[in-house]
Amino acid sequence: MPLHFELVTPEKLVRSEEVHMVVVPGSEGEFGVLEGHAPFMSTIRDGAVQVYKTEGAQPEEILVRGGFAEVGDAGLTVLAEHVEG
Amino acid sequence: MASLKELKGRINSVKSTQKITKAKQMVAAAKLRRAQAAAEAARPYAERLATVMGSLATKVSGDSAPKLLRGTGSDQRHLLVVVNTDKGLCGGLNSNLVKEAKNQAKQLIAAGKDVTFYLVGKKGRAPLKREYPNRIGKMFDTSMVKNIGFEEAAALEQELVGMFEAGEFDVAHLIYPTFKSALAQDPTTVQLIPVPTPENAAGGDAVVEYEPGEEEILAELLPRYVKTQLFGALLEREASEQGASMTAMDNATRNAGDLINKLTIQYNRSRQAAITTELIEIIAGAEAL
Repeated sequence: MPLHFELVTPEKLVRSEEVHMVVVPGSEGEFGVLEGHAPFMSTIRDGAVQVYKTEGAQPEEILVRGGFAEVGDAGLTVLAEHVEG
Repeated sequence: MASLKELKGRINSVKSTQKITKAKQMVAAAKLRRAQAAAEAARPYAERLATVMGSLATKVSGDSAPKLLRGTGSDQRHLLVVVNTDKGLCGGLNSNLVKEAKNQAKQLIAAGKDVTFYLVGKKGRAPLKREYPNRIGKMFDTSMVKNIGFEEAAALEQELVGMFEAGEFDVAHLIYPTFKSALAQDPTTVQLIPVPTPENAAGGDAVVEYEPGEEEILAELLPRYVKTQLFGALLEREASEQGASMTAMDNATRNAGDLINKLTIQYNRSRQAAITTELIEIIAGAEAL
């Protein structure tokens, strides 16, 4: 089962896709989100969000700055103030 | 009756005005598309932030809530943040905004509140200053920025929240134009600070885990929410300005065309009349011989 992952900045919707796993740099430590994760919300620190498209694949890194992550029924939403590149 | 030369001069001057308005119209049309796309691209973030806000705000309430949500406990001093454009040539957009601001101010003053203005953009300054010379607070200049971005919104938010923290006002309202279409831009007033709790907040049925605590997240979220609102207002302003400008300049170009037609007819008539008079004079002179 894929995880619905959205990365949003004030300027635009950067990503909206189905992925296997995302590792988010939470302010109290990194956490990985798989499909079916319990509802969870955390602020994030500046760092790289790692997106695993499929199991065991090379992670794709997206540098984000400031914001927070929310895990709900709809999947993972990362609201970042700024995204590099 | 104006002389032939005068008429010709007028026709030429209207023609060059028409050229200017036409150019401005085309520029506005091109910019409008970009501004509209930017305004639309910013919507997902604002929507998601609002949902998150809603679910959090219902959980954290009472005295533990941050000041930005709770307010200062009084509503005596009001701040009206009026977002105007920096440039003119956009029809009634700015005067509508100023009218809305004046209405709000009048209501608040009638209710015995203190009102201060915080002006964003150049165009609202003069008319509001004329009406309320002692109530103009600070101004935020955006005229030097070519592409309004999140940085401006962040700077604006910092200043406003700073003023709020320093206790300079109790309630802030934001007045900005909402872009509906190129023909309609409505001035809108929303409460900015304290952040209003969304009414239809979905009181989450699921147990959400928070990291760090709910209050810490909310404390970080609220300024961000204010920032997003300001950013949205700035983007709406951009789109509205271009839309209004396009419509106004389209009208102006058409009016100039009508005027040119009218003047040309008048010019041709006078020319004809002049020729006829001249001919009659010559014929009369020839007959006299």
